[in-house]
Amino acid sequence: MKILVCISSVPDTTSKISFTDGDTKLNKAGVQYIIGPYDDYALARAVELKEQYGASITVLNVGEADAEPQIRKALAIGADDAIRVDTEPTDSYFVAEQIATVAKEGNYDLVLMGRETSDYNSGVVHGIVGEILGIPSFSPVMQLDIENGVAKMTREIEGGKEKLEAPLPLVLGCQEPIAEWKIPNMRGIMTARTKPLKVIPASGEALTSTDKYSLPPAKGACQMIPADEAEKLIELLHKEAKVL
Amino acid sequence: MAILVFTEIADGAIKKSSLEAIYYGAQVAEKSGTSVTALVIGKADSAELVIAGNYGATKVLHANDAKLELPNSMAYAKVLAEAAKTTGAKVIITAKSSLADAVTARAAGSLKAAVVGNVVELPDLSNGFKVKRSIFTGKAFVDVNIQNDITILAVKKNVVNPVETNTSATVESFTPALDDNLFTAKVTETIKATGTVSLPEADLVVSGGRGMKGPEHWQPLLDLAEALGAATACSKPVSDLDWRPHHEHVGQTGVKVSPNLYIACGISGAIQHLAGVNSSKVIVVINKDADAPFFKAADYGIVGDVFDVLPKLTKAVKDLK
Repeated sequence: MKILVCISSVPDTTSKISFTDGDTKLNKAGVQYIIGPYDDYALARAVELKEQYGASITVLNVGEADAEPQIRKALAIGADDAIRVDTEPTDSYFVAEQIATVAKEGNYDLVLMGRETSDYNSGVVHGIVGEILGIPSFSPVMQLDIENGVAKMTREIEGGKEKLEAPLPLVLGCQEPIAEWKIPNMRGIMTARTKPLKVIPASGEALTSTDKYSLPPAKGACQMIPADEAEKLIELLHKEAKVL
Repeated sequence: MAILVFTEIADGAIKKSSLEAIYYGAQVAEKSGTSVTALVIGKADSAELVIAGNYGATKVLHANDAKLELPNSMAYAKVLAEAAKTTGAKVIITAKSSLADAVTARAAGSLKAAVVGNVVELPDLSNGFKVKRSIFTGKAFVDVNIQNDITILAVKKNVVNPVETNTSATVESFTPALDDNLFTAKVTETIKATGTVSLPEADLVVSGGRGMKGPEHWQPLLDLAEALGAATACSKPVSDLDWRPHHEHVGQTGVKVSPNLYIACGISGAIQHLAGVNSSKVIVVINKDADAPFFKAADYGIVGDVFDVLPKLTKAVKDLK
């Protein structure tokens, strides 16, 4: 089985977000970058599938050179080789197009990624990739097993979940509890240094560009209500905030 | 630039979030001198569909093929892409939802459309096509310039406040050809909470954290939610501990909500939790720890024991009604 795992490189979820260059760029100074948390679940399940059934794992990042520590970490966790498409990943269709090009070339049985990146949260790249490749896509997948070339999955739906089956090849967006995040061991870290990482140019053009960034307006002071007069809250929500 | 709205239905009627999307579409149409068509897929009552007119749609396309009764993102995307071609739509609008994400993604793949998710304002059409979206789960915003012929906008809840008019839309049946290879996946089981308020759709949400002390202590929270007609939610630790089902988990790695009112009970307010709720209109925090970081993000706060406070609130809500 050949698995392609797509990872994003994103600011740690606890990062404080700020901007530079007249609010036209994200301020990367002092920000810790990590493998996208959802992508990390996809990678972890891929490594488990490799241990269970035997598989080769290629990790793919559409991004600039500063994502390479995250790519090396994915290799240390258990991917066999890596590809980086050298471009700024600003636009969903554009990123999906790069992934689809690599996926078509490598003829993978499974293309896994997170349900969404934790920076842009659009959650559409897997679907676009599936459509371009002409194969089914599902998200968010919480459980995945492979039996005789058929994927057995549990997917979250609004207000619940569903179990479904579909033949490979597939593109899947993953989320917990599909697998536990894996921490690289020393041997993995050592071997990751010499695993192949191919850098290739992007094709096509982005359909959108980002302009000005901004932060949400600061919240006003919190109005405190004494606990023994808690019922006053309901009156305030009704008469002042007008949400009841 | 004709406008098409991917319109979701629940129990045969148009979902509230989709009515907001139609209204959003109508506002864009007014700016650009065009009209709005709503695309409805699946079983629905025609009497319910004409309501789209009250929110600004002039026409409803209803794809009612028996094969489309159960949501299937591949087949739905095919219908959406065909409807875009038929109507000549250059802008496709949807309310952000898990089904809409999957359907619009596939449609974007076949139409080569630019996709902008989590849109928080009407677009600026004065010089090109620019729209503001939230990023980092609401921690920031960015203006996006679109340089493409076809665009899909996924709009967050509560971006527009629809004003209903008394205009009905014409309903036309829409029947694109559907290939069998769109139906290769088999759903073997569906487990769905019934009789509860849908969390992503809810105007009012009551949410619990570890301060609720265990799943057996949830009743006071459920009572308040029932009195309010609110959806229930929880923090990530609560869902990780299996106190509540995963689909109730709000936060950076869970459901992102933007209701009118979010009441947090015994949730400290970690940055990852705030990310999922910070676009709520009004936030109430109840916590016995006066230093809980959540109070900094709240509009109203009560420092106290949730088990004392919740029954008082439930009683006050019942008195109000």
